[in-house]
Amino acid sequence: MTTTDQTTHAPGAARPSGLAGIPLLAADAPPQTKREFTSDQEVRWCPGCGDYAILAAVQSFLPELGLKRENITFVSGIGCSSRFPYYLDTYGMHSIHGRAPAIATGLATSRPDQNVWVVTGDGDALSIGGNHLIHALRRNVNMTILLFNNEIYGLTKGQYSPTSKVGQVTKSSPLGSVDQPFNPVSLALGAEATFVARTMDSDRKHLTAILRAAAEHRGTSLVEIYQNCPIFNDGAFDLIKDRTQQEARIVHLLDGEPVGVGPEDDRKVLVRMPGGRLEFVASADAAGADVVVHEAGAEDPSQAFALSRLDSPEMTHVPMGIFRSVSRPTYDDGVRAQIRAAVDTAGGPATDDDLASLLRGRDTWTVA
Amino acid sequence: MSSKTVQKLDRVVIRFAGDSGDGMQLTGDRFTSETAAMGNDLSTLPNFPAEIRAPQGTLPGVSSFQLHFADHDVLTPGDAPDVLVAMNPAALKANLDDVPRGATIIVNTDEFTKRNLGKVGYAESPVDDGTLESFHVHAVPLTSITVDALAKFDGLTRKEKERAKNMFALGLLSWMYTRPLTGTERFLTKKFGAHPEILEANLTALKAGWNYGETTEDFASSYEIAPAVMPPGTYRNITGNTALAHGLVAAAHQARLPLVLGSYPITPASDILHALSSLKRHGIMTIQAEDEIAGIGIALGASFGGAIGVTTTSGPGVALKSETIGLAVSLELPLIIIDVQRGGPSTGLPTKTEQADLLQAMFGRNGESPVPIIAPSTPADCFDAAIEAVRIATAYRTPVFLLSDGYLANGSEPWSVPDVADLPDLRVEFAAEPNGVDDKGEPVFHPFLRDEETLARPWAVPGTPGLEHRIGGIEKADVTGNISYDPDNHDRMTRLRAAKVAGIAGIPDVVVEDPSGAARVLVLGWGSTQGPIAAAVRAVRNAGHDVASAHLRHLNPFPANLGDVLRAYDRVVVPEMNLGQLSMLLRARFLVDVRPHTSVRGLPFSTVDLADVILTHLEEVS
Repeated sequence: MTTTDQTTHAPGAARPSGLAGIPLLAADAPPQTKREFTSDQEVRWCPGCGDYAILAAVQSFLPELGLKRENITFVSGIGCSSRFPYYLDTYGMHSIHGRAPAIATGLATSRPDQNVWVVTGDGDALSIGGNHLIHALRRNVNMTILLFNNEIYGLTKGQYSPTSKVGQVTKSSPLGSVDQPFNPVSLALGAEATFVARTMDSDRKHLTAILRAAAEHRGTSLVEIYQNCPIFNDGAFDLIKDRTQQEARIVHLLDGEPVGVGPEDDRKVLVRMPGGRLEFVASADAAGADVVVHEAGAEDPSQAFALSRLDSPEMTHVPMGIFRSVSRPTYDDGVRAQIRAAVDTAGGPATDDDLASLLRGRDTWTVA
Repeated sequence: MSSKTVQKLDRVVIRFAGDSGDGMQLTGDRFTSETAAMGNDLSTLPNFPAEIRAPQGTLPGVSSFQLHFADHDVLTPGDAPDVLVAMNPAALKANLDDVPRGATIIVNTDEFTKRNLGKVGYAESPVDDGTLESFHVHAVPLTSITVDALAKFDGLTRKEKERAKNMFALGLLSWMYTRPLTGTERFLTKKFGAHPEILEANLTALKAGWNYGETTEDFASSYEIAPAVMPPGTYRNITGNTALAHGLVAAAHQARLPLVLGSYPITPASDILHALSSLKRHGIMTIQAEDEIAGIGIALGASFGGAIGVTTTSGPGVALKSETIGLAVSLELPLIIIDVQRGGPSTGLPTKTEQADLLQAMFGRNGESPVPIIAPSTPADCFDAAIEAVRIATAYRTPVFLLSDGYLANGSEPWSVPDVADLPDLRVEFAAEPNGVDDKGEPVFHPFLRDEETLARPWAVPGTPGLEHRIGGIEKADVTGNISYDPDNHDRMTRLRAAKVAGIAGIPDVVVEDPSGAARVLVLGWGSTQGPIAAAVRAVRNAGHDVASAHLRHLNPFPANLGDVLRAYDRVVVPEMNLGQLSMLLRARFLVDVRPHTSVRGLPFSTVDLADVILTHLEEVS
């Protein structure tokens, strides 16, 4: 086995931006608006679908990037969420079931001047396209994957998905699902993802903040967005949407802060118990305890993984925010760097003579 | 100068056979290079097991390499070897049936031990028991002579010394057929430069083999095969897979577009991935995908971005890629799908050749999903076929199938290297500005407004201002490309996609070769059967019969004159390495009662067998 050194980031060096290399709007260009990013196509999701809120948030957020519209591409698979590209006035491709990460990999690697987004759902990304998702994450291609998780198949009219809860009654599980679900955040962390976050369709401010951080991250950013399906799985996230309950249930992950949950007067903090198990204890009782401080930039993903395991079907504690954000060389930068080095070493792009030399090879003979 | 007599021959077929680990492919490759350098025309047929190292000394582990070279043009790797080099009993047993009486057999007697003989069911050594009495046998203890010749190499183990026996065999054969050793010496120096002792040992074994032929009485004479008369030019030897890789690079160069390969390793196509991976200097981007589906997805994503997206695979991979090919048909984007066919169905015969993916390429997708198909006819033709595939894909914004096969992929022949200035100009124009107006009179871009002549839609790549658009696999409205479920629109779009492919221009008429002009039987082939068919037809004509022949390179659409050609003969015979797939297409399309001749043995047609088949048809028609 032979290995060669490949580019690594120098410790302490500034993190490269996910937007580096993409042309910006001229400094004196008029500011963009949500309207410019809205296509002329009628939006055809069901009334009350969480996708509307996500679409509005994305359309409003995109101008903030300061990119030219022609340098943004949305690629999607199949499913309700995958209609997303049709409603954005950027370049877009509505592809086939599960394959959007692969198609986006080809585009992002060959076109570093494109800001590439993938829109997918729990069935598209985690079932039929699971293989492409994990390999995109490990390769760390510079793109952002928005995974709309509604824990149900919508477009095929209500079968259980790989994130549906055990026991969930659906058209294809009339006696309750016996299928163990994936936790998308745990899966992404296990697949060597460099940026993993979770947010929710109805929290516009949080969603926008996560989109911003994801776009800024160089590498594959995975954003799980809890999204309500009002037709086939209505209320799946009500426990954390309900204002009276959410404060006690949502664990907001804030980088550098102790991990805690609950209102001021009933605050609990996350404590590492002897043996390593994590447990919420009342703030008042936490003196001297090993309180978990969130560190999204930690190289070791173990703590981020442990946080992702706080989830439970009862939604007692649901972490939201950025689980992990670390810098690692991206696949596409590496591929292009090797080509650039080979071309530079040879003195520039291949000429007719270079092609002729390739075709001749090393061993020729001449017939007069 | 040799002290022995030198006889002149016009053609020779040599087969090197041994255990998978004996280096037979390398030995064959080197002998081929030496032969090419001598100016002979040649054709090669490597034949190896799918297992990397099957149990030593067994029949499944036998690997062979056949080379046919001559002082005239060579059409096939040859039916039967004039010389068989058998490195062990298994190699002898596996190949003996192919060797005609009177041919030469060189056996490595060191390997004919009781144990090795037992492994393949020989009770007695066939070298001693009379089995080989009608052959000209050279019983040479290749292993022990090699080890003796390397006695002075104290730093090498006995096993390492034994490993050089293939170089001894190569040296011996090189002496027999007066091939120079200089090319192989250069090759070894490059390969083993970092290991001086191993290099020296291999060079010593090579020379020892040569000297053995020169000095022992066992070999009475050596042979010369004069250079073939070939058209003037600069030649090199090339395999089909290398020619394909070079053709893709040349096409991208001539199109001034980046080439992006998305591929998953699969036999016998992987060498194209290897070749392109090492051509970064030419700007070639290769992405080894997580699976076949991702391979083509990556290629299609790159095509959307304005590159020539290519995916390379074999039949099982095509099965997995089918849905994405359908998407490319629907999106109308350029895409090259290279299928190096192998025996099927399922895993089938990974290292053996077959032509049974034609109908899969033609029809293996849901819906009406037309895809142009090109099939190269010789290893060197893979270069031109790749260029033609890129021409059609980029000009017509369509996926294109290129059907090579295992025989072309690994086989080799001399190739007259083309002048870059003579390669076609493949530049295409990307859409640069809006091509319509909306109801308010504002300029808009219609991604499915077609070119009137080619019916191709504009190729508008991300990064072009003002042309932002969305495409997808859902049916699109004619012109605007918006989602449409309108019945009439779907009918129109389906027919437009079909008409676009059916109307591809620049496909040459099929050329019929009928020297006497009196033939009543036409032999029509496609793809890699060209060599065996041409050789069989030549044999039939030399025997005084009239027969016409023609060969198809474009399988979809067919050349415009094909129907007239078929109807001009009393009988059309179609030899194929499948159970009659082209025959089915021809019958359906032209209502001509073509007669298939089929074989799926994992090997190219034998010239002799094919000539017999043609003669039978001639008799029936007369």
